[in-house]
Amino acid sequence: MTTTAPPPTAPPQKTRTVTRPGDRIFSGLSRGSGIFLLVVMAAIAIFLTYRAVQAISKDHGNFLTTFEWNASLNPPVFGVAVLAYGTVVSSIIAMLIAVPIAVGIALFITHYAPRRLGGPIAYVIDLLAAVPSIVYGLWGALFLVPHLRGLNLWLDKYFGWTYIFHKQDPNSAPRSLFTVGILLAIMILPIITNVSREVIRQVPRMHEEAALALGATRWEVIRLSVLPFARSGIISASMLGLGRALGETMAVATVLSASPQLSGHILDPLGGTFSQNIVAKFGEADEFGRDALIASGLVLFIITLLVNGAARIIIQRRKEYSGANA
Amino acid sequence: MAKRIDVSGLSAYYGTFRAIDDISMTIEPRSVTAFIGPSGCGKSTFLRTLNRMHEVVPGARVEGKVLLDDENLYGSGVDPVSVRRTVGMVFQRPNPFPTMSIYDNVAAGLRLNGIRKKGELDSIVEKSLKGANLWNEVKDRLNKPGSGLSGGQQQRLCIARAIAVEPQVLLMDEPCSALDPISTLAIEDLIGELKTQFTIVIVTHNMQQAARVSDRTAFFNLAAVGQPGKLIEIDETERIFSNPTVQATEDYISGRFG
Repeated sequence: MTTTAPPPTAPPQKTRTVTRPGDRIFSGLSRGSGIFLLVVMAAIAIFLTYRAVQAISKDHGNFLTTFEWNASLNPPVFGVAVLAYGTVVSSIIAMLIAVPIAVGIALFITHYAPRRLGGPIAYVIDLLAAVPSIVYGLWGALFLVPHLRGLNLWLDKYFGWTYIFHKQDPNSAPRSLFTVGILLAIMILPIITNVSREVIRQVPRMHEEAALALGATRWEVIRLSVLPFARSGIISASMLGLGRALGETMAVATVLSASPQLSGHILDPLGGTFSQNIVAKFGEADEFGRDALIASGLVLFIITLLVNGAARIIIQRRKEYSGANA
Repeated sequence: MAKRIDVSGLSAYYGTFRAIDDISMTIEPRSVTAFIGPSGCGKSTFLRTLNRMHEVVPGARVEGKVLLDDENLYGSGVDPVSVRRTVGMVFQRPNPFPTMSIYDNVAAGLRLNGIRKKGELDSIVEKSLKGANLWNEVKDRLNKPGSGLSGGQQQRLCIARAIAVEPQVLLMDEPCSALDPISTLAIEDLIGELKTQFTIVIVTHNMQQAARVSDRTAFFNLAAVGQPGKLIEIDETERIFSNPTVQATEDYISGRFG
């Protein structure tokens, strides 16, 4: 037996694949867009953090638990407790109202409405998305607030025992987180509806036929095939809506009668939100006050990130069962 | 558990287009009837009129009668939903519910029928999966998603789902056209076993398959594109493939056209 040298391996050949100019340009453009997005996000995060640190380092109270916002006092007092509470609560109210209605409208357009009716409804929903938020704010303040007085009294009378719907002063104007929630619900309705409608349209015909052939009624087809398939898309749609609700400024500032009090009674005209507080205080704030407001903006940014992360986890958790691997 | 189908004077339309014209035939209980014919001849449309799936397409309608034993499926006051619970269907592409486990897929139809008891569901699911020759392959992973199975297994899962509700008739629309030859053989064997309990109607493009699995064969044809499809003849499969009455049938099965 002779030892032989290992068979000569062929020298690694540099294979050159042909690339065409069109491909190179397009891949460069799309890569550039992707990088641009990351740069913008990073720039916002760095700006917010840098300015926020300047303010928080001079803060004497606890930034997260203080109710009052008065950065011009000496020593300055400012905290985000009321703002965080108001932002989250009004957004939750908005989601509780908007998501079921939006999914209902999307299902109506795709599955129930005759084609003559579905088109116009979808068009009206699109129009709703085009209304500027200050217009919603004016409508909310001048129409919604006076007209919600009756509903407020009714809720206080019959559901006051739930604590949530108890109104401390029944005669106070309904410029409350509850009213803000209703207004936000109307504002986020179009985006949730439109995205849900598109997702529901994507449900493959064969999945619906599978349910039909088993003898499912129209509602059972929706329950068996349509909603499970569209579930993750509807969650994403809701997150888009929630993002808008969390950050909405003008409509809230016009409607809410802000005060630095934290109340579990959502009908009381109390509280505030991040954006509303920024727009109300920014004009008269000095350099330091602005840094403080930016710090509150950073908290809103973080809350939004957390909410989106939570939504991703929900979508991911049942990925194995999602329609994606059908 | 199997019923006879009696079709008379049946035409189906998509809007104003007449897809099939004046079809009459009798399908015997506990037998396999195959529909063959060139693409566009209306055999799938005809199949879908037998469980009122045709009319779920917007603008589609049906004229004529389909008697299941003595009950007209198109009689006034007949609920298409209950028709589909009596006449099951398996589609061209396997379509298990992607968001459901194997178990839930088979149980889906039972739950629609109001069967909720765990023990009852368990035994019917097992019986149906055994009936579809799938039990041994999936019994250890009933809670895994049905979409994780191979194409052939998914199609047998769909058959299990269809037979779980004990239909009178089982319609199969090209059930093997998306499958490899081994999975196809498994489904064909299964059809042979299922015909002892069900009336089976199968649409196929594969003439060997029609010859292998069916007792009777119906040949459909259309005069030209845009013309309605017609039933040319229906007879014992052996006769259709050896000595058909109509020249067009012989031309088609011998590959001279189509």
